[in-house]
Amino acid sequence: MDAEQTRAVLATMWRIRAFEERVGQLKRADEVHGLIHLSIGQEGVAAAVCGQLRTDDAVYSGHRAHGHALAKGAPMTRALAELMGRRDGLCRGMGGSMHLVDVEHGFLGATGVVGGNIPLALGTALALHAAGRDAVAVVFFGDGAVQAGLFAESVNLAALWRLPVLLVCENNGFAEFSPRSAHTPVERVRDVVAPYGLVGGTVDGNDVDAVWAAVAGLLPAVRAGEGPALLECLTHRLRGHYEGDPDRYREAVSSAEWRERDPIARLQRAATGDGRLDPDELPGFERTARDQVERAVLAARESPFPDAALAASLAYRR
Amino acid sequence: MTGPTTSTTYARAIGSALATAMRADPSVVVLGEDVSVGGPFTVTTGLAEEFGVGRVLDTPISEAAICGVAIGAAQSGLRPVLEIMYVDFLTLALDQLVNQAAKARFMSGGQLGVPMVLRTQGGAGQRGAAQHSQSLESWLCHVPGLKVVMPSRAVDAAGLLASAIADPDPVVVVENKILYPRREQVPEVVEPVPIGVAATLRPGRDVTVLAMSRMVSESLAAADRLAAEGIEVEVVDPRTLVPLDLPAVLDSVRRTHHLVVAHEAVVHGGFGAEIAATVHKAAFDDLDAPVERIGAPFQPIPLSPGLEDAYLPDAASVVAAVRRVLGR
Repeated sequence: MDAEQTRAVLATMWRIRAFEERVGQLKRADEVHGLIHLSIGQEGVAAAVCGQLRTDDAVYSGHRAHGHALAKGAPMTRALAELMGRRDGLCRGMGGSMHLVDVEHGFLGATGVVGGNIPLALGTALALHAAGRDAVAVVFFGDGAVQAGLFAESVNLAALWRLPVLLVCENNGFAEFSPRSAHTPVERVRDVVAPYGLVGGTVDGNDVDAVWAAVAGLLPAVRAGEGPALLECLTHRLRGHYEGDPDRYREAVSSAEWRERDPIARLQRAATGDGRLDPDELPGFERTARDQVERAVLAARESPFPDAALAASLAYRR
Repeated sequence: MTGPTTSTTYARAIGSALATAMRADPSVVVLGEDVSVGGPFTVTTGLAEEFGVGRVLDTPISEAAICGVAIGAAQSGLRPVLEIMYVDFLTLALDQLVNQAAKARFMSGGQLGVPMVLRTQGGAGQRGAAQHSQSLESWLCHVPGLKVVMPSRAVDAAGLLASAIADPDPVVVVENKILYPRREQVPEVVEPVPIGVAATLRPGRDVTVLAMSRMVSESLAAADRLAAEGIEVEVVDPRTLVPLDLPAVLDSVRRTHHLVVAHEAVVHGGFGAEIAATVHKAAFDDLDAPVERIGAPFQPIPLSPGLEDAYLPDAASVVAAVRRVLGR
């Protein structure tokens, strides 16, 4: 990443971090509703992947989707309003955290069923290919989805049809409440897909420069129609599976250890160390992001709740 | 039926409707298992030759993924017609159909649309036993966001498919394997049949038989027999289950004051229960007797020929139900 790219990615990561920390507070205050899964600690993957996509590239995500939606360009106020169940939310208050969609910015959506988003991305890739466009479909999923039958079916089909799809696995080592080793003897997702000939590999997902470089290496071939790729990003979620999860199944990370691993702190250290960024400009990223979040909170609170007539009108096109 | 007609089968009529839609709209694609060679019922025979394998896509035996592919493609500009070879195998794709396709428009606040068609077929009568013979349409009717059509005649199979392909929302077309080879006269130019409109196939003043899919021809045969003893049966085919043409059903019931609902599916929890409850509520004062329901018993479908034949409702079942509802 050059200096400008680094600034953009860092700004996105701080936007996600500030948004999700505030969402955690709002959940405890009962201002956002439903199951809330935070990606704090995993922001680097969303920022480095989406930072290299065009608006007409399509992104799908799973239940831990706030970061992907924001990184793809979803407006923060409307995303927050959606979590609050408000009429001006991205989905008019019908979807919430696990079902964010922002078609205008190419975020075709989050889905609450683990693995359910993967074939959808293949279908979008098929449609993009059929239309003769060089846009790609990208789907984010966790390592838990790899044990779903849909993953195997989809990887096979993507490889068979050479679809322009980038599969991004955020391997945080935990599927809901269980370590990966409790669900599968295969440690690395890249080994699961090896027989299908997908290009890609495994990177340290908290090393944002590494994720950026890996995506930059894979995307042109996917865009050129040379077939699908899978990027496995090893990462760590700092919070529990969902907000309110007692999180007794994991050892707490010490604050010193977290400073080592935190993708934001790592990027800031790396970028100031090699002269891409000036140390003086660092506080501005966080401050800007937190200010933006506070403005979004105030604006989202102004939006009314949707009425029953709206809900009754949306299942079919009228 | 007016204008020149031609002899065809239910299967050929569907294949022709697919070809017509594909000629008219390049975004229409067909995908499914063995579709390029026509599948086991020859419905898609000839499409790959005319439109190429880029629009007639053979898929692996991965019902869940191919349903998801169809949904994603529909969300992104194509009009996919997905074939799930047997409705029994739709079980494998239900997550995608129920959790994704049916909810995409709603959950996105109207941003997404899924203009896909899922063609499948059900029904017994071919000694397919319990995993290749079921009638599972009532499950689909329970899910807001889906439309469900169930044609009984070649002309409706073609006309409803045309409307389904043009529809902005996901439509499941439940065909019937016994009907595929049946030869019928259809118009040379089949007009689209609107979704949600029933058809009265035989007028009669004494009793309404609301029959679905294969039970329509059984009910027409029953009506012939009963006419010989002076009982006039009105046979109504809803053609679409969701959205149901309730006004047409009520109009008929208010004239005949008796209703028999006939489907091949298990009676217990079948769509006939929904119709019976709705009609009892909406037209209680017009009914001279409780609504009768015909369907299969609450057990899996047996292989052994005598047992399968006995399991299936037929014209005799309709005759018996009409006598019950009329008290004769």
